[in-house]
Amino acid sequence: MAGSEILEQESSYLELCRTPVRFEEISSVNNVFFDEANKQVFAVRAGGAVGVVVRGLDEKQPISFRLEDKGEIKSIKLSPGNRIVAVQRSGKSVDFCNLMGEATEYSQECRGRNCYVLGFCWTSPNEIVFITDQGLELYQVQAEKRSVKLIKSMGTSFVNWFVFSSEGPTLLLSLTPLGNVLQPVLAKVGNLVKLTKFEVEVPVIPKPPRLCLTEPDVTTAVIYGQLYVVVLRHRVRTTPSQAGSEVWLYHLSRDGHTCKIHVLQLNSTGCFATNVVDNLVVIHHRASKTSMVFDIQLKKVSEGPVKLHQPVLPSLPICPFTIQPRAGASLGAGTAVTTCELYSTSWIVFRPDIIMDAGLGYLWSLRLRLPRIVATLPDRLQLVDFLLLRRDCRPVLLNVCSQLLSGGQAGGLAVVSLVFDKLNSVYKEWLEADKSDAAALDGGAGGRPPTPHKPVRSHAVVDQWEMYTSVLVPFAESKTISYKFVIAVLMEYIRSLTQFHIHAQHYLYELVINTLVRNNAFYQLHQLLQYHVLSDSKKLACLMLSLESFYPPAHQLALDMLKRLSTANDEIVEVLLSKGRVLAALRFVRASGGADIMSARKFLEAASHVGDSLLFFCVFKFFEQRNQRLRNSPHFNPGEHCEPFVEYFKKLFGEDDFTPLQ
Amino acid sequence: MDVLGAHSLVAFAVYNPRFGSNEGEEYKKLLYYYPEDVEINEKIKTIGLCEAIVQFSRTFSRQSPARALHTQKNRHHFYEAEEHFWMVMVVKNPVVMKENSEGKSVPEYQEDVLLDSVYNAVLRQTYTMFKLFKGTFGMAMEQGGVETLKRRLQEFFSRYLLTLRLEQCDLIDTLGGISFFPLDKMTYLKIQSFISMVEFSFAHIQFTAFLYNEQLVWSGLEQDDMRTLFKYLTTSLFPSTIEAELAGKESPIHVSFPGYSQHYGRFLLGPRSLTDPNSPLRVPKIHVYIGSRHSELHLIVYKALSAAVCFLVDATVVLTLDFFQRLDTLVGPQLTLLASDIAEQYSSNRKPASSEKDSQFKFIYFNHMNLAEKSTVHVRRAANPSLVTVPTELLHILGDINSDFASSVEDEEVTVKAMSDYWVVGKRSDQRELYVILNQKNANLIEVNGTQLCCSEWEEVFELLRDKPCCLCRFCFSNDAPSLIFDGIS
Repeated sequence: MAGSEILEQESSYLELCRTPVRFEEISSVNNVFFDEANKQVFAVRAGGAVGVVVRGLDEKQPISFRLEDKGEIKSIKLSPGNRIVAVQRSGKSVDFCNLMGEATEYSQECRGRNCYVLGFCWTSPNEIVFITDQGLELYQVQAEKRSVKLIKSMGTSFVNWFVFSSEGPTLLLSLTPLGNVLQPVLAKVGNLVKLTKFEVEVPVIPKPPRLCLTEPDVTTAVIYGQLYVVVLRHRVRTTPSQAGSEVWLYHLSRDGHTCKIHVLQLNSTGCFATNVVDNLVVIHHRASKTSMVFDIQLKKVSEGPVKLHQPVLPSLPICPFTIQPRAGASLGAGTAVTTCELYSTSWIVFRPDIIMDAGLGYLWSLRLRLPRIVATLPDRLQLVDFLLLRRDCRPVLLNVCSQLLSGGQAGGLAVVSLVFDKLNSVYKEWLEADKSDAAALDGGAGGRPPTPHKPVRSHAVVDQWEMYTSVLVPFAESKTISYKFVIAVLMEYIRSLTQFHIHAQHYLYELVINTLVRNNAFYQLHQLLQYHVLSDSKKLACLMLSLESFYPPAHQLALDMLKRLSTANDEIVEVLLSKGRVLAALRFVRASGGADIMSARKFLEAASHVGDSLLFFCVFKFFEQRNQRLRNSPHFNPGEHCEPFVEYFKKLFGEDDFTPLQ
Repeated sequence: MDVLGAHSLVAFAVYNPRFGSNEGEEYKKLLYYYPEDVEINEKIKTIGLCEAIVQFSRTFSRQSPARALHTQKNRHHFYEAEEHFWMVMVVKNPVVMKENSEGKSVPEYQEDVLLDSVYNAVLRQTYTMFKLFKGTFGMAMEQGGVETLKRRLQEFFSRYLLTLRLEQCDLIDTLGGISFFPLDKMTYLKIQSFISMVEFSFAHIQFTAFLYNEQLVWSGLEQDDMRTLFKYLTTSLFPSTIEAELAGKESPIHVSFPGYSQHYGRFLLGPRSLTDPNSPLRVPKIHVYIGSRHSELHLIVYKALSAAVCFLVDATVVLTLDFFQRLDTLVGPQLTLLASDIAEQYSSNRKPASSEKDSQFKFIYFNHMNLAEKSTVHVRRAANPSLVTVPTELLHILGDINSDFASSVEDEEVTVKAMSDYWVVGKRSDQRELYVILNQKNANLIEVNGTQLCCSEWEEVFELLRDKPCCLCRFCFSNDAPSLIFDGIS
């Protein structure tokens, strides 16, 4: 039992962040509030008279201020930018206090008669919406004047409760006696816009009607950039074969239309809470003390328009968290390091990834430990699919590739091939986005201002260089792996790049060539070059030239490659001269139109080294003719430094032959 | 079996002069002789003559003694395949019946028609083919002495010699090239991917060779072994299976048993049936050299549509029916798909206009570096080996030019005016050779030598070759490259 627990801890892939926000725990004199919109926790001592301390996950320094104790605080929230604090103490009004300047409070009562303020939320640094049981009221708060002005009000039927999301910002109002009709309202600057309302199905309609959908079961989440309404549907089951509870995801599209498109099947019942971490929906289950992880882009079964999901990872508990004693706490028993109770009853889960233990005075954000997931998902393809959708996945992906390659050969190549395709598909998307962005920048230079942001390189993009340095080079240098497998993998990577129309860089080809050369597989190398699988470049041509002593045909391959490049004429001449093929070099220069400017000295020198006097004669006469044509004289210019060769010619053939042809 | 080729083969022998150096023991030298029913004295006479000629010519050139003996009726070709092991091939000169002054028709031997370079190459190739299937002479001697060697020679040559089509041998046999199938990079990489996948799924498979349309795409074997294997596949295995297909002996469509996906794959060399465990297994063993290491391998050939794959499995592995079934299940569907992919790409790349240009000129291209060969002179040699699209006299000229090239190291160009409006141009640059036959009415030398060959048509031709001889094109085809001009036989 203990062993399996350790195993679970080893493999658990969710953890509480190492640097939680600590606040004064809840007590008879200290009240704790949390604002989801700003992710701030408020510790209010004695109704604010002793002090209010605001700590946020984003803020480094706590904000503290005092309020007059005017009764029990129901809700307290700072405006975005932390300039104004709004406090609700009664069902009728909300009080405001500027943090800067004079601390005198000002207040605003709700407009509707006989209505009751359910709550409020800041929709911009100076706009606030009151949610009453009869509708919405949008106010502008003028801090300088310490006045509040109504901008817009919206009446609805009776509101049971509401949920606010700063994405939009959007408000969800629960209407009708059952509470299952949800009215989304978009709170734009200075305006409120009703979107189409939608109904959450209720399995049994109770008689008389009573509230069937309650606030704790409804939340919102931004997943893959889209706003979803997350509804927890409890089921009571008597036998395990019955369907368990489900989480329904309603997509709130930008055009105001809402529909249910995802159903997460929890396969259990009880008390659940939802976080969203890195676009994963994490469902905490208190009874089993485990968390389920769903990815709405993976593992889905379509049932009409609705997609059914099973957890993508095995359900495991969150990593244990040790509580350090508070710095100022009394010495003694309290100093011992204790393990924090996970999934405790004092836990409150907030959007998107916040977990608060009000009893202990801790506020964490939930994190994903990607390296741990490598061990929990044995299917490599599923794993890569999963990782590609995560933040900071690149080092893990590279690690997975390395493991995959070192894992051996049996049946692995097909998987390697598919993994490469998945990685390069993402790589290609990024290259395309980068290119179109560059094009937009070019096009925008004349007219519209260019888009200020470059497309952010997703963490999932594994480019050739990273693949080469982190995975392929160590793999190719491994002594234990057969070179044929190395070549197969490298060719597979090049194939994948080519398939996605990505230009493979020369270092990949060099790795292929070097591996083949080290194993004397020259004929295989020759075939690859013959089919132009290894793309031409000067670097490759030079590499091939250096291989000539091991494999003579490399010379021809290198020359052909230089010729195809059509920018390497000088190199071709040098290569031919170094081989003593002076005539071939001359013909080549003449054919490429460089005969009039080439250095006579270079050719004469090469011809004299060959030791074939007839060849020297031909080359010499060729240049005499050129001189004649260019300057009407067969003699060389002093600047050409050809005097030694003139002497050499006279020595070989005598003065008579030297007499130039007219 | 077509035995037409055997008519011009007068004799064929393998001997070792060291085996019977004592007088009266000359018969011991003889290891194999064709035809087998010749009297022993006749056999000894033939090899004795060869031995004498070789010995005599050694006086003049220690390193390269005589390689051929020309007589009125026959030609003898000699080849020292391994140290002291000699092979002799005697070929009959063609005969033309002519009327003499008395009105009687008498045979006239055409002594200068046969080309030494061609038949020496054929002789060499009989040895490499033997070596591929039976190993070297030396190996047989080590394993079982003279008797083993004699048995192997008999087993092999008694059948192989009948398949030689000696009258049809020409320049292409001298070159002994490998024809490569042109492919784009992506398709080539897909084939690579396929081969790796199969090789790593079946650890026993040591090497793979991939052919399409009887042209090579990939070889895991070394060049020399592949050259011989390629020759065997294209001149022996593929034609015989096509004949069998035409005769309806084997159904080309794989009769798939339940549970297996439909595909067109089947074994050309492998079990005759995948369902019957008692069906005969036809898997020859071949001997190849990796580096300098000898290894013996099973040769399995699998074909789907126009794609054929050779799987070479270590000979010590016992091949089971299960192995073939698994191979078929894995390879069949994928190869079928790949083959139809290639076919699609191939047909879309082919320009319909090319047939018109064919009539204007034909060419043979050869690259010594990779043995790449391309010929528009010969049409689908394997399916119908006798089909040559130009007059045979031109092939003789080509052979002559080739011999000329072989005797020098310089880059050369030769232009020949043949009878009947044909011009033949041969060019050699570094390691490449190109022979072009032009058929243009009243073309003069300047036209032939000039712009004609630099025109854009060549780009298309080289595009087809895949092994693009760009340097050749530039270095050698400029107008004033040194040319030797022969006038043809007039």
